[in-house]
Amino acid sequence: MSSRIKNRQRRDFLRGSLTMIPAITLGSGVTLTAQAAEPAPNLSDYQPAFFSDEEWSFLLAACDRLIPGESEGKGPGALDTNVPVFIDRQMDSPYGHAERWYMQGPFVLDGSPDLGFQYPYTPRDVYQKGIAMTQAYCQQQYGKRFETLDNDTRDTVLKALEANDIDFASLGESQKLEASEFFASLLENTKEGYLADPIHGGNKNMAAWKMVGFPGARASYRDWVDQHNVDYPLGPVSLTGERG
Amino acid sequence: MAKQQPRVDAVIVGLGWTGSIMGMELTEAGLNVLALERGADRTNEDFAYPKPADELEYGIRHTMMQKPKQAAVTIRRDLEERALPQRKLGAFLPGDGVGGAGAHWTGVLIRPTPTDLQLKSFADQAFGKGVLQDDMQIQDFGVTWDELEPHFTFFEKVCGQSGTTGNLNGEIQEGGDPFEGPRSEPYPLPALQDTQNTEMFDKAARQLGYHPFPNPSANVSEAWTNPYGMQLGPCNYCGFCSRYGCLNYSKASPQTCILNALKQRSNFAYRTNANVTRVELAQDGKTATGVTYIDEHGEEVFQPADMVILASYSLNNVRLMLNSGIGKPYDPVARTGTVGRNYAYQIGGGIHMYFDDIEFNPFATAGATGRMFNDFSPGNFDSAPYGFIGGAKMHSSQASGTPIKTPLPKSAPKWGQGYKDALQQRYGHHMKLSMTGSVMSYRSNMLDLDPTWKDPYGMPLLRMTFDWKQNEHRLSAFMRDRLREIADVLKPDYRDESFNLEGSHFKVTSYVSTHNVGGAVMGTDPSTSAINRYLQSWDVHNVFVPGGNAFPQNFQANPTDLIGALTYWSAKKIREEYLKNPGPLMSA
Repeated sequence: MSSRIKNRQRRDFLRGSLTMIPAITLGSGVTLTAQAAEPAPNLSDYQPAFFSDEEWSFLLAACDRLIPGESEGKGPGALDTNVPVFIDRQMDSPYGHAERWYMQGPFVLDGSPDLGFQYPYTPRDVYQKGIAMTQAYCQQQYGKRFETLDNDTRDTVLKALEANDIDFASLGESQKLEASEFFASLLENTKEGYLADPIHGGNKNMAAWKMVGFPGARASYRDWVDQHNVDYPLGPVSLTGERG
Repeated sequence: MAKQQPRVDAVIVGLGWTGSIMGMELTEAGLNVLALERGADRTNEDFAYPKPADELEYGIRHTMMQKPKQAAVTIRRDLEERALPQRKLGAFLPGDGVGGAGAHWTGVLIRPTPTDLQLKSFADQAFGKGVLQDDMQIQDFGVTWDELEPHFTFFEKVCGQSGTTGNLNGEIQEGGDPFEGPRSEPYPLPALQDTQNTEMFDKAARQLGYHPFPNPSANVSEAWTNPYGMQLGPCNYCGFCSRYGCLNYSKASPQTCILNALKQRSNFAYRTNANVTRVELAQDGKTATGVTYIDEHGEEVFQPADMVILASYSLNNVRLMLNSGIGKPYDPVARTGTVGRNYAYQIGGGIHMYFDDIEFNPFATAGATGRMFNDFSPGNFDSAPYGFIGGAKMHSSQASGTPIKTPLPKSAPKWGQGYKDALQQRYGHHMKLSMTGSVMSYRSNMLDLDPTWKDPYGMPLLRMTFDWKQNEHRLSAFMRDRLREIADVLKPDYRDESFNLEGSHFKVTSYVSTHNVGGAVMGTDPSTSAINRYLQSWDVHNVFVPGGNAFPQNFQANPTDLIGALTYWSAKKIREEYLKNPGPLMSA
């Protein structure tokens, strides 16, 4: 059985089991047993559930620049740790659907940015629109798709997004979604996927935790708390009991 | 017509700390009590290991918090700005479900000082005319230290408060807070263990002549059986406390301290997913007849009751009063009305310090772990020359070492290899010096109903008008200078700082504090308070409103100890006087 098929089956299992349990245990409680049986997939075998193939190519290329792998320096990268898998899975979580947010109109888009998020968009919408407009910009500017640019040019585009130097309105955006907002979501989710428990799909093999020295879900340090300024000796454990 | 349930003696809206305490007290008085909780049920089983040890789920996605979808707040900074809804949580994180914010709080359980309770009287005596802002509306609480002391003591026993006594019946004790009000009994349990940062802070603060003491904690240091027979286990310093349910029965919460005892009483019942939309009033408007709520099937239900306790989060208590026509809404121009008046908050700031060669192991910690000193609370220093009133708790706390929230220097690259390098270099090598400051009340910092946006049941959202004022900017600048002196002693390899100084405005986009107080404040004058000193509505005598909403302004410490003590104080008056002779407990 290919792992792509297994992934599909696992997602189906998760969806099936979600309908059978009370709402309060949604989240880590459910995925606990489902995930424990299966090792993290290889990124190259993973079939995204939310992103189209074209969007996925962008996401891989962008994540690889936001947290590059060992080729650029010490420490695992976003692709080594399955960060794009994490983001894809988040898109089908309450977060991706903005399920807990207040999404009633009217949507007032000319208020102070200090009053916070006001778009009529879920994170799913932000990714789809943000990726499409970034690609349109790359076509205009370089005649190429983002993922076919060299690393330096990719960084130039990401910096332009970050600094809000790409005008999304001129690329067809009607609700004032700004390039810097899209970039902020992408960067925030990338870091989350890198550093969250592997149960959510990223931080494969707890590699990011090993890098920084975070012991994960051990959650018991009564014997350790009074030992000051000493390196903690044990590696991390995950919510599923995986040890690193 | 709404479905109707059988009448109860008392209905409690919200089953967090205040609702649980009132449930205990009123059932003990023999009343038939029903609590209605708008969120889901939550028991200790929901917090079984390893479930809470999930930063993404609880620390980042806020799974235990209120969902803006159900109850957003609209926010503006002044009376002219158009308020916009806080569509996703940011500046503050109220709780949701049984236990409320009491299930996911950090567990710092500290008393205000006697001066904090009588701040207006203190101001009149210590500040000359014209020193303080003229739009300030500070007031005394209307209750004194001596009246509340037994209730602090009892609530602290319910929680297994851990710490070091500083003032026992007027005798100053070594190692505690010499500025605390006199306690009638020592802390129930000794302080939590120190960590690397608390040792360093303690030493530097003493060197500068301050009086540091361990953060008073409701994460228990040793096994504890409370007055209700509920048992807490010694904290294991798991590092998942603030924003998480406790996986070790160590953090005081309604679940660990009250609810399993309360649920055994045959005259207590509760319903979850029961969202109270308004209190119903009798025709003369002088008494409540019960509450209307939307049940889990979306059906409207009328629950008749002889007494209504609004025990929801402070903001929602105010909203329920406004949506029910209890009391007169505050008008900031005419300065009339009281409901929504004197909304206040908490101001923070701090210095991040990084030490290349020191391991702080920030993951091995209790939520309340830290040291603080109280040398800069009102009455303990002279702030008049600096042009502000109020104070700050100065501390170094280490609530958690979860990695997504790793603090990094402002100068560190936000992404790329530089970000990865910074994470490796800085994780576990950071400690913070913090000020947690008081916020006074002002004419235009207030709550009312939003004219535009509504909740899913068609009820208007609450509108908050709030901004930092000059007084708080000055306080921040003063405290910053003191914290810089501590940082100078500690000599970090790198430091940066963040304070709300002159010109800065309130922002909802990042976390500030969940110490939202005021809006339905207590007092002895019905023209400046919505509830009397027993937390009883001046206008509708069978409605009581315990919670942070009762604070006429905020002090420099955490609110839960005072909220618990005020609730017991109110319950005592209800039991001893109100039930025998229902009516106004104070004459207007």
